[in-house]
Amino acid sequence: MSAVPQIAPAPGASTTRRKKRERPRTTGGWLPYLLIAPAVIFELAIHLIPMAVGVWMSFIQLTKFFIRNWSAAPFVGLKNYRVAVDFNGIVGQRLLQSFLVTCAFSALAVLFAWALGMLAAVVLQKEFKGRAFFRTLFLVPYALPAYAGIITWNFMLQRDTGLVNHILVDQLHLTDTRPFWLIGNNAFVSLVVVAIWRLWPFAFLTIMAGLQSIPQDVYEAAEVDGARPLKAWRMITLPMLRPVNTVLIFVLFLWTFCDFNTPFVLFGSAQPPAGDLISFHIYNASFLTWNFGSGAAMSCLLLIFLMIVTGLYLALTNRRSANA
Amino acid sequence: MAAPTSEARAHSGPSYTTLLDFTHLGPLTRESAVKIRTVLALTTATALTLGLSACGGGGGGDTTSASPGAAAGGSTLTYWASNQGTSLDDDKKQLTPVLDAFQKQTGIKVNLEVIGWNDLQTRIQTAVTSGQGPDVVNIGNTWAASLQATGAFLPFDAKAMEAIGGKDKFVETALKTGGKEGEDPTSVPLYGLAYGLYYNKAMFKAAGLTPPTTWEEMVADAKKLTNPSTNVYGMSLAAGSYTENNHFAFINSQQNGGNFFDASGQPTFDTDANVQGIVRYLDLMQTHKVVNPSNAQYDNGTKSVADFSAKKAAMIINQNNADASIIANGMKADEYGVVPFPAPADAKNNTASHVAGINLSVFKNTKNQDAALKFVKFMTDASTQKTLGKPFSSLPVLKGETPVFTENAEEAKTFQEIYNTRSAPLPLVPAEDQFESTVGKAMNAMFAKIASGGTVSAADVKAAMKDAQDQVAASS
Repeated sequence: MSAVPQIAPAPGASTTRRKKRERPRTTGGWLPYLLIAPAVIFELAIHLIPMAVGVWMSFIQLTKFFIRNWSAAPFVGLKNYRVAVDFNGIVGQRLLQSFLVTCAFSALAVLFAWALGMLAAVVLQKEFKGRAFFRTLFLVPYALPAYAGIITWNFMLQRDTGLVNHILVDQLHLTDTRPFWLIGNNAFVSLVVVAIWRLWPFAFLTIMAGLQSIPQDVYEAAEVDGARPLKAWRMITLPMLRPVNTVLIFVLFLWTFCDFNTPFVLFGSAQPPAGDLISFHIYNASFLTWNFGSGAAMSCLLLIFLMIVTGLYLALTNRRSANA
Repeated sequence: MAAPTSEARAHSGPSYTTLLDFTHLGPLTRESAVKIRTVLALTTATALTLGLSACGGGGGGDTTSASPGAAAGGSTLTYWASNQGTSLDDDKKQLTPVLDAFQKQTGIKVNLEVIGWNDLQTRIQTAVTSGQGPDVVNIGNTWAASLQATGAFLPFDAKAMEAIGGKDKFVETALKTGGKEGEDPTSVPLYGLAYGLYYNKAMFKAAGLTPPTTWEEMVADAKKLTNPSTNVYGMSLAAGSYTENNHFAFINSQQNGGNFFDASGQPTFDTDANVQGIVRYLDLMQTHKVVNPSNAQYDNGTKSVADFSAKKAAMIINQNNADASIIANGMKADEYGVVPFPAPADAKNNTASHVAGINLSVFKNTKNQDAALKFVKFMTDASTQKTLGKPFSSLPVLKGETPVFTENAEEAKTFQEIYNTRSAPLPLVPAEDQFESTVGKAMNAMFAKIASGGTVSAADVKAAMKDAQDQVAASS
């Protein structure tokens, strides 16, 4: 396998050379194709073929009766899709509910993660003693393995023995009855909080990196002109961080929308409807029931939705940056 | 993979020097350029071949095909065992001497892998899908009909049954769990389990109570033993575990004479018998308040066992393998007693448990069918059942055998009686797995609602069962 990385740089090197000389070359020959062949083959094997298989699965009735021999599974056309988007049927209803829960979850998690990250990055922008310590401390949730972090939250959110209820009920006496955090509707709050806790260090890190590229003299000039910190933030920091924010918010959105680990580890096998995120929902819809065709159709719908959102977002942000 | 090289050489005559410019490396002849090119092509081709064959061959190496030329009778089997004892390592320790004895007897080597319950179903799924799995595998017996439907497992027809010692050696109800009714089973019972009502003798004595024989007595006893101010409750339930919940939906429905599937295998979840059975179970927490609302979060049986051992609950309904955990949690064997889980006085029948336990299946595509059947015969032999019955707290699946999992003869007798005469198999239909997940999860949600102060009426249960039923119908 060691041959591949050695060959890989060659096409790039030869094109720059070609440009420099401006010498017309006859195309053809097999070497360029051979050189990119490994990349193409692996791209096909790792990305495109599995995707194509996924799309194909969504058109067949791949249940436990056919899982051993896929080719025997009957072709059902759009049936899996029709069931998934039939919001009068129970499967569609549940999918829609899960979709809406995911939208709300994603919006809240991105908003708070970004706001917290921004706040921390701006506060830590000024030099002071102990700044490095806080910077490190804030990155801890991001450095922790996801499982370890979330399972700790699971312990803290237990009704009888959890730290959260101990503080809320035993110490602060805010409520008389101990609330549940991992079942019922509170589960949604728990899920959002845990997701924010996991995500905000990334927002913090990204924004902090972005802030380093804003020259200090702009702020000094603004201060001379009488701008208060909040105004300076609004008029200087925000616009100059625009490219960073554009990418950051988009990435956060994709991560939260497709989040699987958080509900999977937080709720285990007893996931409440209020915490039924869509990736998790699709996993349950196909793996617990062995109905992989239906799960594939839901995945394709999710893919289409995310592609539309991505397209709109890019169009919108590109146009605005072109205007700016 | 040599094809592209020779073919390309044939038609790439005119452009040797334009393909790659090696002039900066010093004077190069046409021939040396060709040489470099060929070397490159060959290395790439080799790398690709290696890479692809690695992909294709991966995962297959651990199966039996690895040693075709072994000595006579010296074939090798791969065996996936479920986690029955206290840990995966402990299981391995318990099983290894048994497998060694098997090898000594038959010359067949068994490669053992113990798999935790969270992974077992996924691993079997993968094995079925890819056709690359073990030769012999443990399954939860309630999956039998669902797994049978995949067609990946060897049916125990008359001949195969003969090879493992005949179907008459098994307890009848146990063998029934082997697969769909009217077809050759694709699994045979290995370890038997049954539900029993565990009660704390001291707490019952202090309150002047005797163990209940009807549902009504059980509720009355539980009420007397409940004292929320000291955090002691009459009962503890794994109310957040969908696998436990669906078992009790089934058992209570059986007592009402209900069924979750009709004769043609269609779901009938929302019948009155089923709904009333579920309401009865929910009411332990909702109306009678003999269960700590916290139990809605108990997502497996061991949490209620812990409450029972800590004397925070006077009764639990668990399978007999709870014995090991109760004692591990510090309770002594003579501190608790077991009676059958009671039915209401006017019940249609006195079912006290489903036929719980572990079955053994052989993959149809095994290359060592004879060896696999020999192994199944060995594992279901009376002597092996005795050896493994104690560490795994299991009931013998063979007729005329007595349980060895406990010293307490009375307890052993109670459990064996429940298993042999008062248990019914969960629905033996391919959609059984969906019954478990849809009904069980609906009950999780109901308990969650009750625990956080809401009420669940019979109409709510009926609506939820209708939903669950539609879900099963939609995905079959």
